[in-house]
Amino acid sequence: MFKCKTSPEVGGMGHSVKRKEDARFLHGKGNYVDDVKLPGQLSMVMVRSPYAYAKIISIDKEKALAIDGVLAVITGEDLAQYNLHWMPTLLSDTQMVLPTDTVMHQSQEVCAVIATDRYIAVDGAEAVDVQYEPMQAIVDPYKALDDDAPLLRPDKEGQEDNQIYHWERGDRAKTDDAIAKADIVVKERIYLPRIHVASIETCGCVASYDKDTGKMLIYMTSQAPHAIRTILALVAGHVGLSEEKIRIIAQDIGGGFGGKVPVYPGYVIAIAASFLIGKPVKWIEDRSENLVNGFARDYHMDCELAATKDGKIQAFKVSTLADHGYTDSSANPSKYPTGMFSICTGSYDYEHAFAELDAVYTNKAPGGVAYRCSFRVTEAVHAIERMVDKLAAKIDKDPALLRFENFIKKEQFPYASPLGWSYDSGDYKATLEKAMDMIGYDDYKKEQAEKRAQGKLMGIGICTFTEVVGAGPSKDFDILGIAMFDSAEIRVHPTGKALARFGTKTQGQGHETTYAQILAEELGIPYTDIQIEDGDTDTAPYGLGTYGSRSTPTGAAAAAMAARKLRDKGKKIAAHLLEVSEEDIDWEVGKYFVKGAPEKSKTIQEVAFAAYTNFPAGMEPGFEATHYYDPPNMTFPNGAYICVVEVEEETGAIDVKRFVAIDDCGNIINPMIVEGQVHGGLTQGIAPAMYEGIEYDDEGNVLNGTLMDYLVPTAVESPHWETGHTITPSPHHPLGAKGVAESPTVGAPPAIANAIIDALAPLGIEHLDIPITPAKVWEAIQEAKANA
Amino acid sequence: MGKHNITMTINGESVSAEVDSRLLLVHFIRENLDLTGTHIGCDTSNCGACTIMLDGKSVKSCTYLAVRADGAEITTIEGVAAEGTNSHLQQAFHDQHGLHCGFCTPGMIIRSMDLLKNNPNPTEEEIRWGISGNLCRCTGYNNIVKSVQQAATEMAKEKEASV
Ligand code: FES
Ligand code: FES
Repeated sequence: MFKCKTSPEVGGMGHSVKRKEDARFLHGKGNYVDDVKLPGQLSMVMVRSPYAYAKIISIDKEKALAIDGVLAVITGEDLAQYNLHWMPTLLSDTQMVLPTDTVMHQSQEVCAVIATDRYIAVDGAEAVDVQYEPMQAIVDPYKALDDDAPLLRPDKEGQEDNQIYHWERGDRAKTDDAIAKADIVVKERIYLPRIHVASIETCGCVASYDKDTGKMLIYMTSQAPHAIRTILALVAGHVGLSEEKIRIIAQDIGGGFGGKVPVYPGYVIAIAASFLIGKPVKWIEDRSENLVNGFARDYHMDCELAATKDGKIQAFKVSTLADHGYTDSSANPSKYPTGMFSICTGSYDYEHAFAELDAVYTNKAPGGVAYRCSFRVTEAVHAIERMVDKLAAKIDKDPALLRFENFIKKEQFPYASPLGWSYDSGDYKATLEKAMDMIGYDDYKKEQAEKRAQGKLMGIGICTFTEVVGAGPSKDFDILGIAMFDSAEIRVHPTGKALARFGTKTQGQGHETTYAQILAEELGIPYTDIQIEDGDTDTAPYGLGTYGSRSTPTGAAAAAMAARKLRDKGKKIAAHLLEVSEEDIDWEVGKYFVKGAPEKSKTIQEVAFAAYTNFPAGMEPGFEATHYYDPPNMTFPNGAYICVVEVEEETGAIDVKRFVAIDDCGNIINPMIVEGQVHGGLTQGIAPAMYEGIEYDDEGNVLNGTLMDYLVPTAVESPHWETGHTITPSPHHPLGAKGVAESPTVGAPPAIANAIIDALAPLGIEHLDIPITPAKVWEAIQEAKANA
Repeated sequence: MGKHNITMTINGESVSAEVDSRLLLVHFIRENLDLTGTHIGCDTSNCGACTIMLDGKSVKSCTYLAVRADGAEITTIEGVAAEGTNSHLQQAFHDQHGLHCGFCTPGMIIRSMDLLKNNPNPTEEEIRWGISGNLCRCTGYNNIVKSVQQAATEMAKEKEASV
């Protein structure tokens, strides 16, 4: 277990100190984007397409402009005059800011109405008269590849069909060969549906252009303000918005989860509107706009898992069709168009694997955000964990035992995975054993046998996942060419208090507390004396932001490294103050002392004061340090989750009885916050497993675009989560930490699906796609009975 | 557009204004009165981020016209405790890590006030049902439940001490 090196007052790593950021939120004094109110601020509302695919015949602004208070209606034609009607996506595809001739998905922005207040802007949007000529939308991604499918993106040079790209990794021939020769092969087509992050705060911005200074100030709900600033400069540099003139301030964010990484058309339009009108323009999505205009997942995965007859896994193959909507706006690193999907070989040791993916255009909203997941790890883990369970069912072996027999062993780390990752550390066996112990696995197995004998449906589901997070080594990972490192800048003031700024951006993870704890650990300055700031591109050091669990692997590491630079400088100052040579100085948290004479010491605060008042001759004054951390490898958090469910045969109702989550995220900065992150991620895991999924009809209309029918779990649907830890430090991270907040979102869905399918196994049901709703279960039961 | 003069008490202060018939109470509170602790998270009365106390009951202010609140007594999150102090619920949310991003928190706290008023000693299940009109996307609810339990205990202690 991790042993705290600091006192609770100093509050370094391992202390469950309470959060420093809470007070303002508890008193209603948070500063979210919709709270921004600038003098003369205008309101922008979108006119959106009722059709999934249509030609725009005409846009008549007149009636809207006649309304008192409506100042402008901005169309694609208007933006085209400035060449601002298209923008690049994060994956170098192109996305319309506003259309000039065709709309490509239902609810796409058609034009924007700017008015003196939101109510009038809505009136204006109602009054705009748009004539469309609807066309037959492509909704089914498989049909998008038909020979006679219409070409959805004729605007793209060289685009001859609706395929965006083909990607593959691994050895196809050897994998096929191993599958062909195997005793046992299990197959399944697994679908992970479109879902939405549905943070309770939607997206939005306030753009405020100052004609006199030429500065564009933008308040934005952005998880990656620096990257967005660079992208905006690339998009709008030609009209004079160069990077030093753009200031993005991301203040408090009401939940991000990946949904606040992309550049949405609304941002660009608000910026253009403010630029043209010369007044601040606010744009805040309403909930339906938010739910319908973005997505995560949407992978159709054909899986094959091969094994010996006693269950030793030999090969895994997965061929995926990815529905990206009308543009690929996935927020993935350039060289990884499918994100980290190649982690799909899982926590198991075998030789052969092959993964391929075809990405296609359809008439759906773009998105492909990494929803609380390190770029497609959720899809990968779901595939392998369902298949491992399917194998266990096929050979009638306890799924826990099957996992134990196939796990990568502790002594095999660093482990070279068949698809090219180098797993840093883990003790999968210990983690699963702990989960089984905590839930009482053997007792539940007995209970299940008894219940089955009585004809009752009870299931136990396991998921033992491995994640890959913390992009990244900059040699491999970049977003639009910008290398993925991250940064910290520390200023220790003469009185020994400090201010530290970061290139990452908190959205509720508690960075104001945990980053201060890291600095407390490294410097011995109490965490309460350290102020943490982020999100303002004029003040924070450049960084790529917070998503993909990268804050701990990169930002926290940068903090530790910057602090260590300060410690080195402090050592010289201490030697000067104590009149000994530097080699004679030692450090223990919070103070320097003379080796062998610990009574001769200087505290970090004394040294900080001396850095401004009494430093050695020739030394640069001040006590500040900056570090840009470029990780040598990703980190590989892992865990073992077990879920117990009961299913009512008559109704299909599912009752989650227990859920135990054991996570191994390496060394822990703040156990209270880690536990809180795990709880939250688990609820975001049960959500797609049992409730959420964006549904479309054949015309491409979204059928559940409000919170009335897109079922975000409440406290009633959310089980009482039980959590625990094993700790296997990352060998390459300066603090031995790994990042945790996405593990539960990744690990929970397969554990729940496995449990429900296990409950239904006596009826001969072998697989169900998530969300597994009572209706789906009921239908499967009826079908199974009819076939029996 | 019809205009109406309305007067109400918000956080102990009387306010009067002329408002449009269609103005929602949540917008009146946030935009006219600059009390931005009351949030907006949906347009279908599902999320509860906009919850306020109105005449002693928790109400979703996004589904309530400002004119209808004429004469009402309202408490928003800014008014649940004296400046610089925490109510039992605020303290409990802090102690139990009952908030992450904080966006749902004002609504959760106000809703929980109503819950504890009517049921000072709720079971876990009663708490879960009691806050089921409020969505939180961050916390997974475990710690919100614990926060409400802590506040209930503290309030009971206080009541005991005062008799
Ligand atoms: S804003 Fe969602 S219920 Fe009021
Ligand atoms: S704390 Fe973020 S929505 Fe509840």
